[in-house]
Amino acid sequence: MLYREAGQFKATYAEDSQIFPIRQDKIGFWVLMLVFGVAVPLLTNEYWLKAILIPVLIFSLAAIGLNILTGYAGQLSLGSAAFMAVGAFAAYNFILRIEGMPFLVALVLAGLTAAAVGILFGLPSLRIKGFYLAVATLAAQFFIVWALVKFPWFSNNSSSGVVTAQDVTILGYTFATPEAKYVLTFLIVSFMALLAKNMVRSSTGRAWMAVRDMDVAAQVIGFRLMRTKLLAFAVSSFYCGVAGALYAYTYIGTVEPEGFNLDLSFKILFMIIIGGVGSIMGSFLGAAFIVLLPIFLDNVVPVIFGDSLGAGFVSNFQLIVFGGLIIFFLIVEPHGLARLWQIAKEKLRLWPFPH
Amino acid sequence: MARQIGDVIVDLQNISLRFGGVKALTDISFNVKEHEIRSIIGPNGAGKSSMLNVINGVYHPQEGQIFFKGALRKKMEPHEAAEQGIARTFQNIALFKGMTVLDNIMTGRNLKMKCNFLQHALYWGAAQKEEIAHRIKVEEVIEFLEIQDIRKTPVGRLPYGLQKRVELARALAAEPHILLLDEPMAGMNVEEKQDMCRFILDVNDHYGTTIVLIEHDMGVVMDISDRVVVLDYGKKIGDGEPDEVKNNPDVIKAYLGTTH
Amino acid sequence: MQFFIEVLVGGLLSGVMYALVALGFVLIYKASGVFNFAQGAMVFFAALTFVGFQEVLPGWLGLEADSSVVFWLAFLLAFIAMIVLGIATERIVLRPLVNQPHITLFMATIGLTYVVEGLAQMTWGANVRGLDLGIVDEPIAWLMDNYEIGVSKFDLFAAGVAASLVALLALLFQYTKVGRALRAVADDHQAALSIGIPLQTIWRVVWAVAGFVALVAGMIWGARNGVQFALTFTALKALPVLILGGFTSVPGAIVGGLIIGASEKLAEVYVGPFVGGGIEGWFPYMLALAFLLVRPEGLFGEKHIDRV
Repeated sequence: MLYREAGQFKATYAEDSQIFPIRQDKIGFWVLMLVFGVAVPLLTNEYWLKAILIPVLIFSLAAIGLNILTGYAGQLSLGSAAFMAVGAFAAYNFILRIEGMPFLVALVLAGLTAAAVGILFGLPSLRIKGFYLAVATLAAQFFIVWALVKFPWFSNNSSSGVVTAQDVTILGYTFATPEAKYVLTFLIVSFMALLAKNMVRSSTGRAWMAVRDMDVAAQVIGFRLMRTKLLAFAVSSFYCGVAGALYAYTYIGTVEPEGFNLDLSFKILFMIIIGGVGSIMGSFLGAAFIVLLPIFLDNVVPVIFGDSLGAGFVSNFQLIVFGGLIIFFLIVEPHGLARLWQIAKEKLRLWPFPH
Repeated sequence: MARQIGDVIVDLQNISLRFGGVKALTDISFNVKEHEIRSIIGPNGAGKSSMLNVINGVYHPQEGQIFFKGALRKKMEPHEAAEQGIARTFQNIALFKGMTVLDNIMTGRNLKMKCNFLQHALYWGAAQKEEIAHRIKVEEVIEFLEIQDIRKTPVGRLPYGLQKRVELARALAAEPHILLLDEPMAGMNVEEKQDMCRFILDVNDHYGTTIVLIEHDMGVVMDISDRVVVLDYGKKIGDGEPDEVKNNPDVIKAYLGTTH
Repeated sequence: MQFFIEVLVGGLLSGVMYALVALGFVLIYKASGVFNFAQGAMVFFAALTFVGFQEVLPGWLGLEADSSVVFWLAFLLAFIAMIVLGIATERIVLRPLVNQPHITLFMATIGLTYVVEGLAQMTWGANVRGLDLGIVDEPIAWLMDNYEIGVSKFDLFAAGVAASLVALLALLFQYTKVGRALRAVADDHQAALSIGIPLQTIWRVVWAVAGFVALVAGMIWGARNGVQFALTFTALKALPVLILGGFTSVPGAIVGGLIIGASEKLAEVYVGPFVGGGIEGWFPYMLALAFLLVRPEGLFGEKHIDRV
């Protein structure tokens, strides 16, 4: 009964077009921000921060990137991980090779580098569609990882391309503890998520969705296909690039190109399918789900089936559960967890008097 | 009546269009004058939709010339046609299915919006002001077409007749000089048709918008058109005011078969 | 020159193996409009099931491990397993998703890939196994002696199998009732339905046939490289082949396979050394991509005109 919008009248279009037009949602959002921004780093332990919360945030950012391209602009990509790799290695090289490079600037430059590469691999989208394009993005996936391994310059001549991220220092403060890294990641990801949300609710986002839903009509109404698609590739790759850089600097620490393989690209795709295609919030839900599921299964499967089955069984079981869930969501709720959340809210509005 | 038929605004000369070996249009010439309601009629497969697609640059004819506002138009892409003030609805509704009615209509304003994606990302100052200024314009169109109650509904959930109306709204939001309507009344019942006729006449009357209309309902066509062009098998067989066309023997033949 | 011919022939023959996998894609795409990403996983599943049965059957039946009864029984059982898999896929995945956008179906087959991979390894274990078809992978002596060109017997055998398979499929499509129905469905689902062709039955048949193709491909690939998880990557090899050949053309799959096979080997040998080698992984994609930019519908595909 607490969730009611009765009595909240919107007198201007500005009020009507807010991200959270309903007061309860707004309060809920700020409570969440306080919990995850302040309470969580103060109260949780290192394992939670390092193994769950930081990766969830970083994958959310990558998922937002893919969602912009696939969910909003309708261009299926199977190469997200490669653009993360570009971001990670670009950040590494900017910091390595330019004296006194501030971390945040390096992060932006890494994103821009990924965006440039993204535009390059987005060019085929002007002529080809659908899964033809999906196959084209596989070219990016294989080529980029290959290039990062084969040309030692990218990894400063380390063997098989392994690099260790430098310290993260902003204005003289070094983010060394998991808590500090978490807060930094949290701030960056929240800010970028806000930017993404703003883009998709304004003309830029409408252009993407128009091209996704019916490209001929989009052109007839005046959108330029080339500009719209390439912008989607650029922005999407920027997000993936920054996510990749954070992956190296605030999560893993030591990365190699092979770590950004096709499996990771698929994982990010799964995040948006399960979380919600075409939803910024869904990107967070999906990332959390995909990160937590294996941890959950690792703990639960031996309890249910006994310890005798071995690690192979658990990992195969995971494969089946992953794949099964994808199929399940595509069949039952193609808009994913985000849609389920929306339905729950609509129900809640009427609860406890649904008639 | 307030409106005054003006000069020729679109002039099509000897247009031929082929897809591989199939001739869709053969040597067709006709013109559209400013502020008029110009109808294109003809049996199925006569090339009517292809004609509209030629006018707004979706198809590029192999032969012939198109003059727009007196100037020869080179090969033109659809978005360029839109920039010059040509808006359009489609035979098979071409709404953006994943978006709400409001967002669909807002897309019609895209050419008038000047902020770039970075400003959109910040959604502050100019970008927000612009969004709201255009929202006000869109609300005018919504009110005009009487679709206030569905503005936040995803278009996929709407019945056919309303979808057609939303598509018209999207085209109107662009404040076009020329409006191309491809069977706006197909599949509608009598009441819906009456509403649609009223909207078309109002648009023409209030804003002076030039309208090119494809329609199968002869009653409607003869009632609201200023001039009618008749196509059959990709060729022009009649052109003129409704009464003229009605009595044209070739037209009667095409519609009713040969009379003895 | 000899070396060039050797590389070219080797490439063409390995292209045949790509074509074998691509064939499975084409069959399913033609009949149901589904781009089946799980084809590679099916190849893996089929090969693993075959060797799995080869291992357990002698114990169950008290036969010698290398008896031909075991071989053919294992083949038959693996084929049945593929039919069951195909029918289950049709029932559980495709039927609920009918009339969904192609992209949705495509993503569903990515999910299917994981399920099939997991099932295969859960049933038979994840060890790498050998698979012996009784043909040695060594150069044909006569060619080697007279022309000094090394052409593997095994590759030639694979090419022969592929050719017979294509011929068999062509006969099936052209002269049987099911084949006719299949072509009708490929042409127009609605029209086929309206004249009483049972769509779901046709899909089941197609998935079973694709399963058979996967089994043959899996056995040949498995005999060459061992039956292991990497077999699923054969799908990734087949994708550029499909882009080149078009998704709906059987001859396209064959020609595309040959082009990709030959050009990737030639590129690896003649271009690879300049850029550090290992370009086989992405070269076919780049080639296919470059090709797409010129001809988006593929070699044998039909040009698509948007109607509005």
